[in-house]
Amino acid sequence: MEIVMAFVCGFLFMAAMYLILSRSLLRIIIGTGLLSHGAHLLILTMGSFGGSAPPVLADGVTDYVDPLPQALILTAIVISFGVTAFFLVLAYRAYHELKTDDMTLMKGSEHDE
Amino acid sequence: MNQVLYIFIPLIAALFMPFFFKKIRSIHTGWFVLIVPVVLVAFYTTYIPSIAAGESFIGTIQWIPSLGISFVSYLDGLSLLFSLLITGIGALVVLYSIFYLDRTKEQLHNFYIYLLMFMSAMLGVVQSDHMITLYLFWELTSVSSFLLIGYWYNRDQSRFGALKSMMITVAGGMLMLGGFVLLSIMGGTFSIRELIGQAPELATNDTFIMALILILLGAFTKSAQFPFYIWLPDAMEAPTPVSAYLHSATMVKAGIYLVARFTPIFASSEVWIWLVSGIGLLTLMWGSFFAVKQTDLKAILAFSTVSQLGLIMSLLGVGAIAYHVEGAEDTVFKYAAFAAIFHLINHATFKGSLFMIAGIVDHETGTRDIRKLGGLMSIMPISFTIALIGGFSMAGVPLFNGFLSKEMFLTAMLAVKEFELFEFSTWGVLFPIFAWIASIFTFVYSFYFVFKTFSGKLKSDQLPHKPHEAPIGMLISPAILAVLVIVIFFIPNLITDTFVKPAVTAIQPFLYNNPNEVDIHVAAWHGVNTELLMTIGIFVIGLLLYFTLAKWQKVYKVFPAKFSLNRLYDFVINVLFDSWMDSLSKSYMTGSNRRYLSYMFTAFAMLVIGTLFIKDAFVVSFESASPIHVYQIILIIALIIGTITTVFAKSRITSIVALGAVGYTVSLFFVIFNAPDLALTQLVIETISVALFLLAFYHLPKFQKAEERTRFKFGRAFVSIAVGVMVTLVALSSHSQKLIPSIADYYKDTVYSLAGGGNIVNVILVDYRGFDTLFEITVLAIAGMAIYGMIKLRMSKKGGKL
Repeated sequence: MEIVMAFVCGFLFMAAMYLILSRSLLRIIIGTGLLSHGAHLLILTMGSFGGSAPPVLADGVTDYVDPLPQALILTAIVISFGVTAFFLVLAYRAYHELKTDDMTLMKGSEHDE
Repeated sequence: MNQVLYIFIPLIAALFMPFFFKKIRSIHTGWFVLIVPVVLVAFYTTYIPSIAAGESFIGTIQWIPSLGISFVSYLDGLSLLFSLLITGIGALVVLYSIFYLDRTKEQLHNFYIYLLMFMSAMLGVVQSDHMITLYLFWELTSVSSFLLIGYWYNRDQSRFGALKSMMITVAGGMLMLGGFVLLSIMGGTFSIRELIGQAPELATNDTFIMALILILLGAFTKSAQFPFYIWLPDAMEAPTPVSAYLHSATMVKAGIYLVARFTPIFASSEVWIWLVSGIGLLTLMWGSFFAVKQTDLKAILAFSTVSQLGLIMSLLGVGAIAYHVEGAEDTVFKYAAFAAIFHLINHATFKGSLFMIAGIVDHETGTRDIRKLGGLMSIMPISFTIALIGGFSMAGVPLFNGFLSKEMFLTAMLAVKEFELFEFSTWGVLFPIFAWIASIFTFVYSFYFVFKTFSGKLKSDQLPHKPHEAPIGMLISPAILAVLVIVIFFIPNLITDTFVKPAVTAIQPFLYNNPNEVDIHVAAWHGVNTELLMTIGIFVIGLLLYFTLAKWQKVYKVFPAKFSLNRLYDFVINVLFDSWMDSLSKSYMTGSNRRYLSYMFTAFAMLVIGTLFIKDAFVVSFESASPIHVYQIILIIALIIGTITTVFAKSRITSIVALGAVGYTVSLFFVIFNAPDLALTQLVIETISVALFLLAFYHLPKFQKAEERTRFKFGRAFVSIAVGVMVTLVALSSHSQKLIPSIADYYKDTVYSLAGGGNIVNVILVDYRGFDTLFEITVLAIAGMAIYGMIKLRMSKKGGKL
């Protein structure tokens, strides 16, 4: 399973990269969303899927899955949410101020040209 | 008082100059400045008797003891001679500048601060025994020279000249620093005296030649040797006192000093002898030849300085031959170093006075263009007399000191062909020929300078001012120098015993232990010999050439300006640095985000994939892999479909919904991988995110709503595939080789006994690793505040208020 998941993560990263390199700001943010999904799944996969019970103490169970990657992912989900939310509002403001979401038009000041 | 502190006296005095300038307006600030060099001359004069007797003095002030860096003032024959030149000519130049610069119109405090700074720096250069502090002072001379050349900073030419000299001398200084560091690594010390002591061992080192060339480059750039002389003519934009001081008598001789100082270390090398004497001779030829072309008085003097510096340099190179000759004290090679130092003194006297005369002519007539000048002889008789003395001395006419040193120069050059090492017996014959030709041109431009300015017809209609004789105060300094020119001719041995012999002892310590052992007696009359015949030849041909000047001056037009070294410099600065480098950086700094991301991720992927294969780190092992279930396959298919839809969706709304689908699939993955907390969080957060995405989508401005499908591009696809492959490879090989077991067992065992909880993930979050959670909360809080700020607070475009 881990082998298959490695390919799935690679696929998610690939798709995310493709979106991040696009012109539209919104697509870039969608790309970062995909990227964080890929990263979270990667962390989980690297922790290995050994164990058959969720990491909650229960009588008579010893075969818990690794809880540490889950704790890490939980933190990562919240942080990536915070950042994504900020990015979205940033994009929203950029629409308002610049009247465009085309990245090729958002290039520095005229002095840089 | 520590001897080192005398170096800093001008610098300390400089601090008070703005005060004098602002508070005491009625007295020219220069009078206060004048005290400094006069006091220093008096101080250094007291050393003369003991140093002439062969003693040396050393003073040290620790600067960075832990790195072994200190200010060391070492006074021997060579550094005392230079110190006296610096302070002596400095005093005369300050006196001259008092009358040259107007008290009310000029920014005098700036001028004198730079000048005093320069004086300190120069004293530091010639006295430092520690190479790092020598370099420090060396760069300080470059900086203060830059400031002085650009003194009239509202003129374009001044700024151009200042920048050019800065570029060239600082580049050379940097290279020289490299040479110093190499030397110190080889010898294990920064002290020049200690390095001289271990010269034979140093010569066997691999990097010896490299250090030699680097230090020579420093000396050549500073002393305006070929091909680095180009900054000196442009430095003539400085006020004339500066040209007289820096660009004839002192700073340009810093390179000469450096070569003389390092001769005991490097003279054993053939490269040193060839480079120093060859480049010196070439500079001598080149400078004297092009001096005749110039029409600006100061430009003539600039080229003449270049040429005379080349003369001194070539003499030092030939002087180094003495190290290779058995019983050198009995051969003529001993003349070379002696002549170099003697000519150095002579050059400082006559060139200083000539520059001052050029300044006087400029001051009193308003122009320095030799084509407009003429016939000033009867109007400015004193200036003419001084110019005549200086000019004749420069030309090497008897009764003036230039004659003596030129005779010795010819003697030394004639001796070169008798030297049988390093192919000098073949090529050495060129030395006296070149020297002779250069001397003819020197004669021509000396006459050209003096007589085109002062004799002939007065062209009063072309002169901006009505010419008249300079004020007496302005004439004092050049007059003193002119008197010295004659005095040195009549009592040369007094000067050589006092100054030249101790200096020669410092340059050739293996030859002489004591100045008294230098048994050279300067005499004006040697009897009829080759040198005398050559001198007569110089006069005859020189006079012929001078009188036919109008006919052959066209020759210079043959040399097109296009191929000159100045054009090369302009090309390097404007085209190479400004234009090409600019377009190079513009070619990749496009300001496009996508470009930069592509560069970054391509590099990233290449590095990781490359490292994986070079280090042979890629391993796939199926052993520890868990079994695959059907519902997992279904989820994976769902995820892939969702992802593909996200990427290739025609409209943004499809994309967003598909992203939501991917997020929910991920939370389903969390369910089947036994991660209930994750599944819960993922569900909630995905919902909010999609809502936010929709909000952002809703607010798209109208005209952008014409949606286009993202166009497929090869470059983009390539970068994405590379990144995907990289992640997969890293995931596979890191899964296949686990080096250490997980610490999860500790959490599982102690979650209840130590932490009193049942949900292991939650306990890790708030108990074992509570700090992560604390700062994750902080991140959320900051994001919340930032979002609030972004929406609520804005600079209004008109008022600029919040």
